[in-house]
Amino acid sequence: MTRPSEPDSSQDPELLRRLLRAKDRMDAASHEDWPVRRLARVSAVSEAHFARSFKQAFGVPPHRYLLTRRIERAMALLRDTGLPITEIAFQTGWQSLGSFGRTFRDITGENPGAIRARASALAPELGRVPACIVSAAHRPGLTTAVSEKRRREAGGINGSDTKEQA
Amino acid sequence: MNQGVQVVGLYVRDQDEALAFYVDKLGFRVHTDVRNGDYRWLTVQHPDQPSFQLGLFTPGPPVLDAQTAQTLRAIVAKGAMPPLVLNVDDCRAACERMRARGVEFTQEPVDRYGNVDAGFRDPSGNGWKMIESRRAA
Repeated sequence: MTRPSEPDSSQDPELLRRLLRAKDRMDAASHEDWPVRRLARVSAVSEAHFARSFKQAFGVPPHRYLLTRRIERAMALLRDTGLPITEIAFQTGWQSLGSFGRTFRDITGENPGAIRARASALAPELGRVPACIVSAAHRPGLTTAVSEKRRREAGGINGSDTKEQA
Repeated sequence: MNQGVQVVGLYVRDQDEALAFYVDKLGFRVHTDVRNGDYRWLTVQHPDQPSFQLGLFTPGPPVLDAQTAQTLRAIVAKGAMPPLVLNVDDCRAACERMRARGVEFTQEPVDRYGNVDAGFRDPSGNGWKMIESRRAA
């Protein structure tokens, strides 16, 4: 049996295309709840099959992928708007400011306010690149479990460090 | 213009399906469609862009071995190929028109930096950004 963490080109392309559809749906509405049952329905596979296949295809479990997208959207809103952080937390799918801030720090290693201050200095250059590409370039690399990162407790962990460690 | 990029190719899972998508749903035209045995050289063209062709190719023999072809089909189906960008005059109208023809949109039209952009995929998984630029392109 192939270990799920290894990329596996033997996955059926027809299945992968349907898994991509579930990933696209999370991308389009990451503030919504995406239980495995809902995602499995989008991909037209069983729930057990979905979770395993998604991780095999995209390298992270579906819920962790969703968290990266929410943080990515939050970062975009911090960059592009003057919305209060509470409002950003609510808009990106968190139930409380506390869990938003905790997840945000766990993933980016920084507070939302610090990201906003730095990003606003870069904003003029980003206008020339399509928004999707800007988002992808800023996508936090969530390749380690949030709890694992919390344990590591190193200062200044950010997305690109995480990617290199993976 | 005699110099410049003439053809850029996409990998698609099925050339007939891709042809129907790009021609019937997106409004491209067939530029070249020739076969040599199993090989089929298929390119389409945007009606406003006569010097550029978009190739629609299936990964496989005789160019690629079966394993490489399988890997490429998986990569395309995962949406991992590089982004493609289509310029349009009116993103919202184009979106409505294409959706009515069954195009799978991944992102609704959004105003950003004075442009409007939306996202869609071809049946194989290739991702397109559709952009209405305020600046004339």
